[in-house]
Amino acid sequence: MTDFETPRLSARDMARMQQTMKRGASRRDVMKMLVASGMTIAAAGYTATRATTALASTPVRGGDLRVAGSSASTAEGLDPSKFRNGTDYSRGFMIYNGLTFLDGDLTPQPELATDWSSSNGTDWTFNLRSGVTFHDGRPFTSEDVVFSILRHKDPETASRARSYVASIQDVVADGEHTVKITLSEPNYDLPVILGTFNLLITPAGTTDFNAGIGTGPYKLEAFEPGVRSVVARNEEYWKDGKQHVDTVEYFGLTDESSRLNALRAGEFHLTTGINPRSTPLIQREENIELFVTQSGTFSDVAMQKTDSTVGSDDFALGIKHLLQRETIQGSIYRDFASIANDQPIAPTMKYHDPSIEQREYDPEKAKFHLERAGVMGQTVPLVASAGIANTLDIALILQQAGQEIGFDIDVQRVPVDGYWSNVWMKVPFGFGTITQRPAADMIFSLCYASDGAYNSSKWENAQFDQMLLQARVETDEDKRAALYSDMQQLVRDEAGTGIPVFFSNIDAHATSLKGLQPIPTGNMMGYAFAENVWIEE
Amino acid sequence: MISLILKRLVLGVLTLWLVATLVFWVSGALPGDAAQSILGQDATPETLAALRSQMGLDQPEIVRYWNWLKGILQGDFGVSLANGTPVNDVIASRLPNSLLLAGLSTLVAIPVSLILGIASAMKPNSVFDRLTTFLSILALSTPSFLIATIIVLVFSVWSGLFPALSNISRVETIGGLFRVMTLPVLALSLSVIGQMARMTRAILITQLQEPYVETAMLKGASRLRATVLHALPNVAGPIVNASALSLNALISGVVFVEVIFAYPGLTKLMVDSVSSRDLPLMQACAVIFCAGFLVLVLIADLIAILANPKLRTE
Repeated sequence: MTDFETPRLSARDMARMQQTMKRGASRRDVMKMLVASGMTIAAAGYTATRATTALASTPVRGGDLRVAGSSASTAEGLDPSKFRNGTDYSRGFMIYNGLTFLDGDLTPQPELATDWSSSNGTDWTFNLRSGVTFHDGRPFTSEDVVFSILRHKDPETASRARSYVASIQDVVADGEHTVKITLSEPNYDLPVILGTFNLLITPAGTTDFNAGIGTGPYKLEAFEPGVRSVVARNEEYWKDGKQHVDTVEYFGLTDESSRLNALRAGEFHLTTGINPRSTPLIQREENIELFVTQSGTFSDVAMQKTDSTVGSDDFALGIKHLLQRETIQGSIYRDFASIANDQPIAPTMKYHDPSIEQREYDPEKAKFHLERAGVMGQTVPLVASAGIANTLDIALILQQAGQEIGFDIDVQRVPVDGYWSNVWMKVPFGFGTITQRPAADMIFSLCYASDGAYNSSKWENAQFDQMLLQARVETDEDKRAALYSDMQQLVRDEAGTGIPVFFSNIDAHATSLKGLQPIPTGNMMGYAFAENVWIEE
Repeated sequence: MISLILKRLVLGVLTLWLVATLVFWVSGALPGDAAQSILGQDATPETLAALRSQMGLDQPEIVRYWNWLKGILQGDFGVSLANGTPVNDVIASRLPNSLLLAGLSTLVAIPVSLILGIASAMKPNSVFDRLTTFLSILALSTPSFLIATIIVLVFSVWSGLFPALSNISRVETIGGLFRVMTLPVLALSLSVIGQMARMTRAILITQLQEPYVETAMLKGASRLRATVLHALPNVAGPIVNASALSLNALISGVVFVEVIFAYPGLTKLMVDSVSSRDLPLMQACAVIFCAGFLVLVLIADLIAILANPKLRTE
């Protein structure tokens, strides 16, 4: 099978292919998977080249890095429990460290924790790095970890990560550099959860987070919410061979065209939130480059099962067949997206099952199901907002496809302002956007478990719920993968969410900036660019 | 005249109170509150309740309104809900930037538009007049964000003459200030100049057809003298009033400049405060914008009075 080793395949795809073949996949299955990879790879060429050049050159020390984020708001802050967007996450990784760090394969790597173990998935022991100090000179100990995790459980903290830590029952210090964590139910993804943005480690007892005291690679020098932050190298940092630039200035520029213009004018080195439509402009320029990260972020069209019109299984199947995935991938995302199959586990994620049959645009089937749902001849309202990713464009494409089979969709535009609190999960037929979660379990429990906080289609399936619990405690990798595969199939066929594509994160940077490598948890190296990049003049 | 100023001040304070009250009650009708905005997609009922009580949002509206009013009378605009810092501090860091931008733009806009307006009124339908009219209308009708973007493209991306961003926090010298302020001031003054030049011309042209102007010229006054010394004082009132309205846009209508040049001013702060439902900040900004407008109108009225002997002696 060596003739499949084309350079277009990333290491991850190769690994997945080998895994599939080990599981006894037929030649046909592998072929199908390659086609699927080929589609996803339209944009991945960049990623591959970037990663190779990054490895080829030696880091240069020095220089002042300037980065423009895509949001700026006075609501920005340095309290990890309130972190909510790329601007916060980027600053977080400059100042703080987590217990673990999620690498390009979303595997947790040792960070402030050197190793961890659990015999049953419920009782965990984390050994902590010794000799680490906070920016104010205090030593890092197990008390800081206890504080940093437990505070998310306190409703008074009003943490955004509260649902993540729901299963954490207790965290206790066992000496200076060991922490024991007890869960209410087994979960082998705990080290993954501890590597997420909101769970960065702050000194025990911190009440005013604006001082920005952490163990991270850079120390806070200036911070004005909604304007900018400046950090300078932490000379006491515990990690070697990182922190190449002397200082990092980070500010928000909400307007995309002014971000691009300023990047072209050489005002900063790195920026994010690039619309796929702008990519040809960047590819034409000589002194700037694209940096593309394939991710598992998606926008879904949700059809609530509790609604009398859109809640039927036939309605959901009709809409899923009406999604013109290739058109959405090509015309909205300019191929900076991979085709999705109405289930949330992206090709970049562990446990993605490529052997599940890809659902195609099929107006005949769509018409059949919509007729059975009894909605032909009716006008069904679909709520969309131009401010929520590209969901309005998807809605319009769907509307067009509906017209062709005589099904009338009334696209109702709403402002982005207040969307998450008043529209999302409230309207029976509307859109949501779910950013990449690092583990299959996280996304399934959040969006598809009957009691999931983001169960936007109000789908309740006892079989799915049971498999979710089973997979969480399953230690046999093959059995776990099989469970997750069945769950993907179940969601694809029965849940009320249509997922057309997974879109890539697109950043742009000056050619002088080196060292970026894709991490699918977000833009700009999963927002952890600060300690990893260098400037080559 | 002093009684007029006093009367205006009392009316002004009343207006400010009305505006702030209106903002308070209308913003209550906006969907969602500050707690929901902070927690966004990740809100749970417990965290929402905790955050609301920390912010005092669980109190009845009338109580919050009363507390806010009490604070204002002591010069305290409260605490920003979005990040917990006093509103006064946030405003203090942004207001000088806004005033600087507005001030510099006024310094450019007033002389340029007056000269253009007067010159084209003196020779209506000349090539110069037509060109000025054309350019004014072009500047007026092009959306401001487009003007700003084009300016960035031409003066920064293509020619590299000026920085594309107005990074005022890093400015240390007067030369540096000039470098970062040139493009925003240019972008901002262009549309105001167009508007003011058009108005000056229109008002002046009707006045130049009056018999007294002709008399002055028959007596031997040059056209320039007849226009500037005879006709202009008579229309100073309307011109200044119209200009005051245009100039107001320099304070409150500059959000596009602040967004495109990443300039930390007040309008972007207000837009932020609306999207994060940060009521105290929203009210403070509204009060400041309203106050700026009232001051401008007051100054315009005073100038009109000073320019008119009939009003001056009363």
